[in-house]
Amino acid sequence: MAIELVIGAIKAVVIVLLVLGLTTLMLWFERKGSALIQDRIGANRAAVFGLGKRLGLPNFGVINTVLADPIKMFTKEDFVPDGADRFLHGLAPFLALFPVIITFAVAPMGDILRIGKYDIDLQPANLDVAALYVLATIGIGVYGIALGGWASNNRWALLGAIRASAQMISYEIAMGLAIIAVVVTYGTLDLQQMCRAQGGVWFGFVPRWGILLQPVSFLLLLISGMAESKRVPFDLPEGESELVAGYFTEYSGGKQAVFMMTDFAEVLLVAVLITTFFFGGWQVPWLYRDGFHFPGGASWMLPNVVVALLQFVAFWVKVIILSCLQILIRWTLPRLRYDQLMRLGWKGLVPIGLLNLVVTAFIVVAAGGK
Amino acid sequence: MPQPLFAFLAALAIIAAFGTILQRNLIHCVLGFALVLIDLGVLYMGLGAVTVGFLQIIVYVGAIMVLFLFVIWLLNVQADAGVRGGGLGLKLLGAIGAAALAAELFTIFFNAPKLREVRTIAPDFGSVATLARVLFSQYLVAFETTSLLLLAAIVGAIALARRLVGQTARIAPPAPRSAAAETPPRREVA
Repeated sequence: MAIELVIGAIKAVVIVLLVLGLTTLMLWFERKGSALIQDRIGANRAAVFGLGKRLGLPNFGVINTVLADPIKMFTKEDFVPDGADRFLHGLAPFLALFPVIITFAVAPMGDILRIGKYDIDLQPANLDVAALYVLATIGIGVYGIALGGWASNNRWALLGAIRASAQMISYEIAMGLAIIAVVVTYGTLDLQQMCRAQGGVWFGFVPRWGILLQPVSFLLLLISGMAESKRVPFDLPEGESELVAGYFTEYSGGKQAVFMMTDFAEVLLVAVLITTFFFGGWQVPWLYRDGFHFPGGASWMLPNVVVALLQFVAFWVKVIILSCLQILIRWTLPRLRYDQLMRLGWKGLVPIGLLNLVVTAFIVVAAGGK
Repeated sequence: MPQPLFAFLAALAIIAAFGTILQRNLIHCVLGFALVLIDLGVLYMGLGAVTVGFLQIIVYVGAIMVLFLFVIWLLNVQADAGVRGGGLGLKLLGAIGAAALAAELFTIFFNAPKLREVRTIAPDFGSVATLARVLFSQYLVAFETTSLLLLAAIVGAIALARRLVGQTARIAPPAPRSAAAETPPRREVA
């Protein structure tokens, strides 16, 4: 019993540290990657004793992102405007970040890791209704944004908050429809079971990944997920040319940094969901529990520890690639107009999602599913 | 569900419910209500109805309470302008409602089975499969009627909204712009 608690605690700490670390990585990628896209130099003004220069390396902006800017932000004055609701103004950033972070508890990072006589499930919390859990936590995520904007006692902030909550509850419907279609396809709400169902191959060599079964759902989840994370082209809640900075206009220093972290954690979360549903989760092509079985007939047996490690690495590599894809889209497209946003959500994604769900259900029943 | 956890959640629900009705700021009331609903969802999960618990949070906290926030913002209710007092009729109606609710609670409380007579629930109680089977066999008619009712509500809301849009357009047609209105008369500089 005690050892299981310890294992659970270790899994919880690992996932939280990983998410926070990857959030920083995404932040760095956003700054330096956007500079690359726009033919700028990007962050390059901080170094530790000029160490990189002495070694003849170009400045990659890592010190800026992981050290200089966080220190700057967390030592800045924490300003609360006059007439603001001080309690909710302080609570809101954390109310925004918390639901996103706890959603990662059901991220399936790998299959079974066998240490001694213990079989460790690499999903931090094995929940058999994990898909519902994801929808519930994403639904709660609206509150931090909405209350942050309201508690600031600022009209731009309130407008941003109203825009954000309208956008998020609209796109949650499309997101839910996409997820339900996947659930119908696999006949389970358990993310770990979905990953297991994506093992093996079709025609002897094609991995059985979900994107080949549910391409429409993949696009729906990608678009609605990007809308949920409120980044360009869906950044109307911020809309700096119209609303100063939207819901976090009146935030500075550490609290603003927490809002920023929420954005990047949401990018990661969307990537985790897409990886789990459509890219096999922790599945590595042709890797089975006992090692590789290549299409040609060759095999390469591996111990369980190596297999588990490969799966773990594969999962996070897929997540990072999909996060980078989202950042690439963010720096490529212009912002939508508000009527375009609502039309895309309600008249575009929701009908497509409904149709996709109905077709999926018919095919599953016709194929003799559960 | 462990007893201390239940005691904690129950106490939290009661405190949050008092917060909902006693606070003067409407946004704080909505937050208190949201906390009650999350708390109830967790209680459902603890009592074995995991699916219902999550659905409670998705539907009530994730959607309906956000709409409450919306309505408060769009109607521009001032922060401290909660309903104070109210007429005698309203008070009477409230008293009757409260009395009915209290009577109902007492009836349930005193007719509840003794704790030692409570049977343990089946292991698959509250799972998605069990819930779906009950919903689509025993309560199929009620379920489908409810969905029809919701559909009618959606269509009705859209019809009302469209009619209002049409009316405002008829009441206030865009004023014809004359050239004189567009360029203000130039003041002659002496």
